[in-house]
Amino acid sequence: MNVKAFSFGLMLAADVATGQSFAGLGAEADGFAIPQPNPTFEFPEDHGAHNAYRIEWWYLTATLTGEDGQDYGVQWTLFRSAQRPEAAEGWQTAQIHMGHAGLTTADQHFSAERFARAGTGQAGVATAPFEAWIDDWIMQSTAPETEDALSALQLTARGADFSYDLDLQATGPLVFQGEDGYSVKSESGQASYYYSQPFYTVSGALSLPSGDVGVAGQAWLDREWSSQPLAENQIGWDWFSLSFEDGARMMGFGLRDSDGGHFTSATWIEADGTSTPYPNGALRLTPLSQADVAGRTVPVGWRVELPERGLDVETTALNPQSWMSTSFPYWEGPIRFDGSHQGRGYLEMTGY
Amino acid sequence: MTKTAFLTLLSYWRRSPGQFVTLVLGLMLATALWSGVQALNAQARQSYAQASEIMAQTILTRLVEPSGRDISIADFAALRRAGFLVSPVIDREEDGLRILGVDPLTAPPGAIPAGIVSGGSDFTLMTGEQPIVFLRAGTQPPDWADEAQVLTSDALPPDTILADIATIVRLTGINTLDYFLLHPEQPAGLPAIETATELLTQSPDEQTDLGDLTGSFHLNLTAFGLLSFGVGLFITYGAVGLAFENRRPVFRTLRAVGLPLRRLIALLALELGSLALVAGLLGVALGYVIAASLLPGVSATLRGLYGAPVPGELAFDPLWALAALAVSFLGAGLAGAQSLLRVAQMPLLAPAQPRAWAVIDARAQRRRLGLALAAIGFGALATWLGEGLIWGFAGLAGLLGGAALGLPSFLAAALNAVSGRAKVPFTEWMIADARQQVPGLSFALMALMLALSANIGVSTMVGSFRATFIEWIDQRLFAEIYVRADDQAEADRIEAIIAPQVDAVLRSAWVERAVLGQPAEFQGISDHPTQPVEWPLLSGEPEAWAHVGAGEALVISEQLAHRTGLGIGDTVPFAPNQALPVAGIYADYGNPKGQITLNYALLINAYPETPQSRLSLRVASEDVEATIQTLRDQGLRQDQIIDQTSLQAVSLRIFEQTFLVTGALNILTLSVAALALLTSFLTLGGMRLPQIAPVWALGQTRRRLALTELWRAVGLAVLTFIYALPVGLALAWILLAVINVEAFGWRLPMVLFPFDWARLLVLSLIAAALAALWPTLKLARIAPARLLQVFAYER
Repeated sequence: MNVKAFSFGLMLAADVATGQSFAGLGAEADGFAIPQPNPTFEFPEDHGAHNAYRIEWWYLTATLTGEDGQDYGVQWTLFRSAQRPEAAEGWQTAQIHMGHAGLTTADQHFSAERFARAGTGQAGVATAPFEAWIDDWIMQSTAPETEDALSALQLTARGADFSYDLDLQATGPLVFQGEDGYSVKSESGQASYYYSQPFYTVSGALSLPSGDVGVAGQAWLDREWSSQPLAENQIGWDWFSLSFEDGARMMGFGLRDSDGGHFTSATWIEADGTSTPYPNGALRLTPLSQADVAGRTVPVGWRVELPERGLDVETTALNPQSWMSTSFPYWEGPIRFDGSHQGRGYLEMTGY
Repeated sequence: MTKTAFLTLLSYWRRSPGQFVTLVLGLMLATALWSGVQALNAQARQSYAQASEIMAQTILTRLVEPSGRDISIADFAALRRAGFLVSPVIDREEDGLRILGVDPLTAPPGAIPAGIVSGGSDFTLMTGEQPIVFLRAGTQPPDWADEAQVLTSDALPPDTILADIATIVRLTGINTLDYFLLHPEQPAGLPAIETATELLTQSPDEQTDLGDLTGSFHLNLTAFGLLSFGVGLFITYGAVGLAFENRRPVFRTLRAVGLPLRRLIALLALELGSLALVAGLLGVALGYVIAASLLPGVSATLRGLYGAPVPGELAFDPLWALAALAVSFLGAGLAGAQSLLRVAQMPLLAPAQPRAWAVIDARAQRRRLGLALAAIGFGALATWLGEGLIWGFAGLAGLLGGAALGLPSFLAAALNAVSGRAKVPFTEWMIADARQQVPGLSFALMALMLALSANIGVSTMVGSFRATFIEWIDQRLFAEIYVRADDQAEADRIEAIIAPQVDAVLRSAWVERAVLGQPAEFQGISDHPTQPVEWPLLSGEPEAWAHVGAGEALVISEQLAHRTGLGIGDTVPFAPNQALPVAGIYADYGNPKGQITLNYALLINAYPETPQSRLSLRVASEDVEATIQTLRDQGLRQDQIIDQTSLQAVSLRIFEQTFLVTGALNILTLSVAALALLTSFLTLGGMRLPQIAPVWALGQTRRRLALTELWRAVGLAVLTFIYALPVGLALAWILLAVINVEAFGWRLPMVLFPFDWARLLVLSLIAAALAALWPTLKLARIAPARLLQVFAYER
């Protein structure tokens, strides 16, 4: 899950509705729909935009290895944030899109950011056939009509000094996070709809200032939408996606609140897609090493524990300077981990 | 000692209030006019800077539609989806208001003024439920902005309203785009944008820069400011010189009682400095008043002529005030340097008499004449050989400076010539007396001469421009009614309906393209039997228009010829792989862009996308009203129909406005010169008693002597006018044939206005008579005892 979109929504809403405070963003008051427990999903419709909800994203991270033997990481995200729960054609639309693209190497980190209005054609999400795009950044389905649209994708993005073009093939089913896709975010009940496709194998090419390089690896797609911002006292989060050598996966996050508490949540995903959610407290996240990043102190090495699964690993960032210098900056990059399990994954940290 | 000496020096001014007033007035006016003009220029420039900053016009390349076809939201999406970072802009003018719709989501950094959005993800502009519009305090929001929240920003120029593009679309109903801003950093690996779109890239230097466009207007103002400064300086120079000469006895006495020379000089410099300070402060105040009262006219002019927004209210800038004070000190320094030098060189026991300061020896006069001729020679050389605006102005400066220096020699020679013919001794005395007075009056007369020649020169230029402009506009506006349809379909529909009612319907089309790196517009005109469009060419082949009609040649505007160096016979590319020879060059006054006129069909073939939506209707004059009514009935808006008469009226009104300020400055300079004359007469009046007393003693009445004074003043004014006339015409010639060409790119034929000269002559006579009136009355009423005293205390 990628909670930074919450912040995107907040930022837009605060800027737009002049004078409105964060506390004034009661979802009910604005007429946005609220995620409810026990959801049922309809595909391909639910791959598309849910304009009745305030925020939504299509979010993909990939851990890759190049022909040159080097590790690489790629991020592609399309956010949607609604000013009002309605869609209109042309300039008058209430739906704003934001795109983030990142590319990480061991010693470099590239990022790019785009903004657009849905309705002008500059950005949007179509369901038949599936395509999410902003400018020439595209995530489009290459799956046969009989399959789930997200089971095969083409993914492109381009920044001032980098671009990439990747083919993704899913080797497992969609996975529903939390309780059948209803994911709770705080003790006071904030929640979202959340499902993932964590089983992609990837091949493609990266274009860097130093030249092009062919890559292969794994990728993870998250789909999430909601209307509720974080609880008022939540200041940031640390989010992990881990891929184990036996084919299993784990998603886990911790939301930090201002008095030092951590609201954690995790989902263990078997290689066949069977998932088990773990409530607050089951997952333990402990910072181990810090790095100076963009003038801040960021914990780039972590101890991640899920005792119920016998998980106890320490993570290492491919590039401790994986800083997304976007409008609201955050740390996002590929990691490796070692300990009770080995493998690769992605880490996102905000609020530092 | 020092204090006493200083008070002694100052006491002179109490005894000669007239000179004090002259000195302060001269310096004050020099300061006021110069700094007033500077204030006007500065205010205007600031507005231009804001206007061009607002869309980062000086930095960002634009994508424009060359043929004026609408740019749509689909064009925007297509370019973005091809990967190019472009940002849409609505930028148009309605009822004198510049409407700017911008997209904060895609705008390149700096495009939207800081203070409205700070860049990045600051989308303050964007609408929530209530739309937001920005404008500068003092700009009247349009009616359609009623339902919006209006916020003010100093970062916007006047008469500009800025809002999110969605707000503009929603409130005004405008639903097409005007251009795209191209982000300076495009993503890696994209093809050249020219291959992806039919839109034309327009780099910042191809865009119309208000600073460039209005440069000549400001040059005009600056020249006037300099001229006024010169006039004021002459006055000050005269007054300072007189005051120093008159105080020779005081200086000698002070030195004799032990005041060191160094301290005397220091005290005199201090005195001059104090005067400069007083005059400077007054000048700043007056300059501000002048600028503030002229600004509304200037801003109306700039807006009308160039569409350049300038606020009508003047901001007070302390830096400007300091600069104005510095100008006052500079003026005092320039005017006093020579006198101070003379005091420094004065022997301790120099004759204590004021050595009729005025009487300049023949050698000095010859030297001055030599200097005058050299200055004029330099001016002529600069004008002939120099290239560029600076040399034009150098020529002007040489001409005017030289002419001013040569004036006393001219007056002396003229009076010499007349005196030989005098038959009556009294007349002969009168002329001789006048000649003796010339040096004393010379600086006031030089000031008058400068004012007169500036007046003649500038009004000749304006008049010539006006006459040419009227004639030109008559030729160019050949059709009785012009219709601008929204699109070709509407134009076709209108043509079908209106054709039976009118003599002819002609089509014209415009395409904008760069030619040899210069922005240019291509104008396609129909070759039609009822109206072979022929306006006179400045130069060209005899059958030029026939060739244009046949599509064998094209004609270009003077501006384009001047800027690109193209001439008759040169080949001009007007479309890819299509070119035609130039058959002629025509005048196109007031157009900042170069223009190319060619056959309509050729243009349309080359640019099939061009909207053919402009119609020119030929109608008998009595049917104009009815035709306009028919057009209205067809649903055309008022702004789509223009009739010739009102178009001409509007053009002329704009023209008149342009030179409103020039007229005001003209009158101001002339008044200053008259004032100088008055104070000079007043000063001389006291000094001249020893010359007048003997004539009175010989039996002439005071009344007759006084009348003589009046006549002499008028006579000197006439001579000065005669001298100023050719100088003024030379000035006009330089303005028209040199400065105009450099500044605007066009040359104007010079037209002479003898009636204006006569009016000016009468004006200057009245000014001289008025200036002499008070001294004359004083003389007429002088107590005989004072005249007798002359003999008692004869020095």
